[in-house]
Amino acid sequence: MKPDSTFREIGPQTDRVTVRFGSSELSLPRGENLAGALLVVGVMPFRHTPLSGAPRGPFCMMGACYDCLVEIDGINRQACMLQVTEGLQIERPSIKGAGNA
Amino acid sequence: MTSDYAIIGGGIVGLSTAWGLLKRGLRVTVLDGDDGSFRASRGNFGLVWVQSKGMNQPRYAQWSQASAAAWADFAAELGDATGHDLGLEQRGGYDLHFSEQSLEATVAKYEILKQKLGGNYPYEVLGHNALRLEEPAIGPRVVGAILHHQDGHANPLRLLRALADDVRRLGGVILNGKRVTRVDKADLFRISCDDGTEVEAGKTVLSAGLGAAALGPMMGFKAPIRPQRGQVMITEKLPKLINRPSLIARQVDEGGIQIGATNEEVGLDDTVTQPGLSGLAAEAIAAFPVLAKAQLVRSWGALRILSPDGLPIYQQSPDMPGAYLVTCHSGVTLAAAHARFLPDWLEGADAAPDLEVFSEARFNVS
Amino acid sequence: MHSADLIVIGAGPAGMSAARRAAGSGLSVLLLDEQPAPGGQIYRDVDRASKTRGAILGSDFIDGLALTRRLAHDNITHLRGAVVWQIEEATRVNFTRNGKAELAEGRRILLATGALERPMPVPGWTLPGVMTAGAAQILLKQSGIACERAVLVGSGPLLYLVATQMVRAGVPPLALVETQTKADLARSLRHLGGALRGWPYLLKGLRMLWELRRAGIVRHVGATDIAVEGDRSASGVTFRVGGIEHRIACDTVLLHHGVVPNTQAARSIDIPHRWDDAQGCFAPECDEWGRTAVSSVFIAGDGAGIGGARAAALAGELVALEIARDLGGMTERERDAEARPLRSGLGAERAARSFIDSAYPPYAGALAPADDTIVCRCEEVTAGEIRRTAGLGCLGPNQAKAFVRAGMGPCQGRYCGLSVTRILSDTNGIPPDETGYYRIRPPLKPVTLGEIAALAEHETAEVGK
Repeated sequence: MKPDSTFREIGPQTDRVTVRFGSSELSLPRGENLAGALLVVGVMPFRHTPLSGAPRGPFCMMGACYDCLVEIDGINRQACMLQVTEGLQIERPSIKGAGNA
Repeated sequence: MTSDYAIIGGGIVGLSTAWGLLKRGLRVTVLDGDDGSFRASRGNFGLVWVQSKGMNQPRYAQWSQASAAAWADFAAELGDATGHDLGLEQRGGYDLHFSEQSLEATVAKYEILKQKLGGNYPYEVLGHNALRLEEPAIGPRVVGAILHHQDGHANPLRLLRALADDVRRLGGVILNGKRVTRVDKADLFRISCDDGTEVEAGKTVLSAGLGAAALGPMMGFKAPIRPQRGQVMITEKLPKLINRPSLIARQVDEGGIQIGATNEEVGLDDTVTQPGLSGLAAEAIAAFPVLAKAQLVRSWGALRILSPDGLPIYQQSPDMPGAYLVTCHSGVTLAAAHARFLPDWLEGADAAPDLEVFSEARFNVS
Repeated sequence: MHSADLIVIGAGPAGMSAARRAAGSGLSVLLLDEQPAPGGQIYRDVDRASKTRGAILGSDFIDGLALTRRLAHDNITHLRGAVVWQIEEATRVNFTRNGKAELAEGRRILLATGALERPMPVPGWTLPGVMTAGAAQILLKQSGIACERAVLVGSGPLLYLVATQMVRAGVPPLALVETQTKADLARSLRHLGGALRGWPYLLKGLRMLWELRRAGIVRHVGATDIAVEGDRSASGVTFRVGGIEHRIACDTVLLHHGVVPNTQAARSIDIPHRWDDAQGCFAPECDEWGRTAVSSVFIAGDGAGIGGARAAALAGELVALEIARDLGGMTERERDAEARPLRSGLGAERAARSFIDSAYPPYAGALAPADDTIVCRCEEVTAGEIRRTAGLGCLGPNQAKAFVRAGMGPCQGRYCGLSVTRILSDTNGIPPDETGYYRIRPPLKPVTLGEIAALAEHETAEVGK
């Protein structure tokens, strides 16, 4: 799977590991910044806001903005503050239930 | 400028009272503090709550019940006028218990109060399994809960905003950033502020929260109030997890889980402490284990305004007739009472509620 | 519980140089940093990136190696991935590392938390595909990732630096859309006296512009009415120059109009701040040694006022000297003698600053955003909603926050605070200093309840319920 991404790796290819994003399997460079790695393989948006449901993706890449949140092991975390490790299971953060006005 | 009423304090108590007076066609000026003032109205937990209140003073339980009963209509009227949904839910609330002993002891106390209230105290006891049917996220350490059907919760910040909005719309004047330094009475009350502002009014209500401790004695009140810190925290917005509020946690209408609150006698210190947060977090996780994975997004310390017995004070000044002290630590629960019933008392109307037990006479030293 | 003479928060240039200098003076130093590798944002991952991408990133970046190398010192304990969420009693730091909360006690604390990009609320800035220029540079530095079909928008030397790095990486930007005007440049010329002392920076700037021209990068200068278009993600940027409307189709929009001190940690412990009109931001009040009103807490680097990486490194050393003196590690005389060359270096570094500040002012359209532009990204609050709170009597951001939830989200107001202060200040006609800023409370960064609760197990609860 190579979805169209507007982010390109310019360096040498490094060692890859397999992670899951939702139901799809991704091959990402081991040890690299998770947000960057997801951008390269075309993951976008990363999440939807709990209020309006608007799509969001990485904005600051320095742990300040929280627009790159993903859910890992049931915890919503900033992808830009994580490194790619083998076997990560990543989900889009669950949004507020519809019954919750 | 001259008003019928000058309200000192633009928090939920002052604004609810102002709103009620405006609805009666009276002219009202509200003097409000600044951005950094201690504001219980910005830091409270948001419960519209009956249970556990007035265990030793049934009149307080009744007053809370009357307000809770008036809340829906109050919220609807205020909501319609301003377009703000106050997030009111009155489907009952829990007192969660981690031991059978504490649960039984509380029920025993409720039974006594229930008798004093002529039976009007609709609660039921849910064991762990019954509670789990209502609250699937409840943890194994919770042995049961008292579900009180008169309890509920609302969005306190939207209440504050709606009041600020509607008091203006009704023609009330709100002066922000004011520090009242002096209150004099000749024919009219004259309220003076440190920036030179002066407001004249026929009557005045002191609802300045902790500010009343300093201003009260100048106006002939005892005003024996003290701050009590409550630390509160709130998580990121989550899918629906908790159906009914409790004293430990509630899910606010925006989605976050609000967790509270400590009771700390630390004076005018509204700092948040790590032991405070850790204790609250541990208790919330004991109640709802899934919260262990929730991210804490905000926390704050707010200062409750407590009288020696924890009850509200409603008192006309013996030295300055026409000046009233109105203070309580349950401004959200009592907002409807302050909007609907208190104006009658201030105006001396026939329909005025009997608030004698809340006078300062109870603080007389024998 | 960790303990040290000095806890340094942040392993950017200021934190790294301070840690080393303090360690060299015999102090034990605990260096806490969020990132897996030292360098801060400016030298992000320099140890690794300099090997493969040094030529693209340039010699200024590689300079960071000198700082990271010097961290290897017996007196320095560097904890990577340590996210600080609370400072208490001015001596205790609560942080999370590897999913576990930890406490550290320090006799002195140095905040070296650096800078953030100045919030640039323009229509569409929340769309996927819109990032800060700094973010694009971080991707390039840390991960060797370049954005294709990108437009750089805003003002300031960082735009040129990022653009030239993209050119060198073989992925040039489509265009630069710059908001500063010729009038700004003319005004800035009166600061040239100082700038001439900072001539190396000017020379660098000219060299970058020349490099961009040679690469055929189009520059639109004096742009107004900037908006990002797009439905699910950015698809173009529109703007006006001299009355003519432009539209550039693109996939990525990189915003930048200066950086501002990251004051969250300092504010959380009530260190007083002052509005800096020249830089259009708040800065903590500290003396020439980085000392604050909280006697055990010091601040160095961009977090104390924007000066750039070299200035930050020098300031870090200066503050470390004072802390060493404070803790009895050196005499006042020794401190002053060692400080002298650092101060003269700092003077030269700061010389070009006022020229840069006036030549590249913030984009006016983002300081006073249109009513329907989102200002608070987390809670999706618009500029118009903030303005309306002024009509409801909100004199400052804390009451406005209570009314419309701006600043209540996980970023803790980092990307809306200055906008909200300025909008309220403009609407109420009250200066920013009087308008004030959000009261910052813990957590400085979100932390799970489980992590916080774990700390309770070791304590007898002092807190009643």
